[in-house]
Amino acid sequence: MTETAQPTSGWASRLPPFMRRIDPAVATSFGCIVLLLLVGSLYSRNFLSPEYLLQQLKVASFLGIIATGMMMVILLGQIDLSVPWVVTTGAMMASFASSFGTWGVILGIPFGILCGVLLGLLNGVGVAYLRIPSMIITLATNAVAQGLMVVYSGGFSPQDSASRPMRYLATGFIIPALPNAVIVWAIIGALAVFLLTRTTFGRSIYGIGNRERAAYLSGINTRRIVMTTFAISGGLAAIGGILLAGYASKAAQSMGDAYLLPSIAAVVLGGTSILGGRGTYLGTVAGVILITLLQSILSVMQMPEAGRQIVYGVVIVGMMLLYGRERRVRQ
Amino acid sequence: MKDWRFWFAEQRGTLLAIAIFVVMFAVYIINHPAIANSGFNVATLSNVGQTAANKGVLLAFVAMAQSLVVITAGIDLSVGMTFTLTNCLASWIVVGDPWMTGLGVIGVLATGALCGAINGAIVIFGRLQPIVTTIATGAIYFGVALILRPFPGGSVNNDLADLLTGKVFDVFPASLVVLAVVVLVVWIPFSRSITGRAAYAVGSSEVAAYMSGVPVRRAKFVAYTLAGVLASIGGLFLTFFTYTGEAALASGNTYTLFSIAAVVLGGVSLFGGRGSAIGAIFGALAFRTIGDLLFVFNLDPLWQPLFQGVVLMIAVSLGAFGLFRVRNRLEWFG
Repeated sequence: MTETAQPTSGWASRLPPFMRRIDPAVATSFGCIVLLLLVGSLYSRNFLSPEYLLQQLKVASFLGIIATGMMMVILLGQIDLSVPWVVTTGAMMASFASSFGTWGVILGIPFGILCGVLLGLLNGVGVAYLRIPSMIITLATNAVAQGLMVVYSGGFSPQDSASRPMRYLATGFIIPALPNAVIVWAIIGALAVFLLTRTTFGRSIYGIGNRERAAYLSGINTRRIVMTTFAISGGLAAIGGILLAGYASKAAQSMGDAYLLPSIAAVVLGGTSILGGRGTYLGTVAGVILITLLQSILSVMQMPEAGRQIVYGVVIVGMMLLYGRERRVRQ
Repeated sequence: MKDWRFWFAEQRGTLLAIAIFVVMFAVYIINHPAIANSGFNVATLSNVGQTAANKGVLLAFVAMAQSLVVITAGIDLSVGMTFTLTNCLASWIVVGDPWMTGLGVIGVLATGALCGAINGAIVIFGRLQPIVTTIATGAIYFGVALILRPFPGGSVNNDLADLLTGKVFDVFPASLVVLAVVVLVVWIPFSRSITGRAAYAVGSSEVAAYMSGVPVRRAKFVAYTLAGVLASIGGLFLTFFTYTGEAALASGNTYTLFSIAAVVLGGVSLFGGRGSAIGAIFGALAFRTIGDLLFVFNLDPLWQPLFQGVVLMIAVSLGAFGLFRVRNRLEWFG
């Protein structure tokens, strides 16, 4: 009876007030990041070097941007399974537009994002207005996006190499030593925090995630907000894809596949409830860094792919058992 | 209301799935080049049927597995990975003389049951959300599959494979017979038992089920475990068709995603408590037929994924017609 989702009530009251406000999930994830870095530094001195950490941050920024959109959707209590091919669509369409001269290069990135937003809108209309479960409609959108990209890239030989702006955005340096991709993530992250905590729109997302019916009765246009959130998620997935294409200097068909499960895992490890309505962006940042570091350390230790997958799964289950448990069904 | 109307209301999703499948398959059969060439005769029909059945049953088993979990209002995103893992395992142990092969088959089924039981145990006792749990366990199962088969290869008992993928009396596809047997041995007893009814009750409302003294934990645990077993039967059949084991990430993910699509086409509610594994089977067969329709219409195979996607999109959007029946807007929010 007494057990709750977050076992804070007992000892938390004895902590000083500023520490009581810290979400145990976020604290645990940051603790695990420090632990991972310590373990890594025992293995190799390079782990604590600024170059390595910046490189990790750069790799994390792709996942971070995608996870930002995923987090907003999860906060609604929905899920976006269309990430893999929206990522690919964004990358391919941005590269495609770049083949049309200077204007194409300039408008390539906005065009890629637009394609992502349109796919997101398709999800949003399905979930918000047609009331289709998000797990299904996003799956269908994923299939449609895949079909479109297969037709596009197989029908006529596409321009698949990333344009110069795309490469610059992913690998260039506006500020010395700080990769542009990290700056893009920081800007998107700051906007997301502002949106979630300082606007009616953001508060409505939390409200809908807690109880859509109640949010509707409080006068929130829940359908428009759900639709917009999915569109934002699609746009962010496309931005992630564009950066990824810039990083790899070309767009490939299966480039998005590796981002669906990690983006969900990052959001959930960061303490966002998969049922919606609860979670902070700081947690998502922690989850993203945690997953990126874990992947990196496992590959530095030259663990084979099989071992990496297993460790990855065990870590997610283990961490969720630490702080992601639900209430007992008793009331 | 009379009894049959209750029955009809309960089975509406399943019946719709059967109808969709029959229509799709009729279009497929009529336009199939082999039949267009040689006319309707038993031999051609059974050949076409065998090919279609062998492709269809793989997804049918996985969709059946998914439906059991979905009925309890959960979801199993590791079902495709269990399928892949058992495929890799079968390519090692389902070999040799009949006794060895038999033991191997039991071993494969037991492994599937273990995978499902792990999912169930974490969801029930760990109280984690099924979606997160099965994403993580799916990664673990895929890792194990990679250990078993870093490269595609292996072999399987050819006699058993040919027997189960061939034809019974030279007419009827054997894989469909196995599917029917599995339905009779697994699904029918389960759905009629207290545990099976409890699974539906849990899917409708876990709190209400708990309050009514329904064995919530047992129902969930059995559903997840049986899902693992069914996925492993799918894995066995994959081995029988391909004679090899392969730890392919893309194939595992595709089967997971398709199984969700098949379950929905089959009239199983993702919110739990409604639908049946039979519906899921026909959903799977219909979904496979959609993919093959392009082939009989002689269109560029390049268009197949798009066609499949658009049909899926339309199929799931049809559910939105239910919104016209909504009298109170609050019902939108379920």
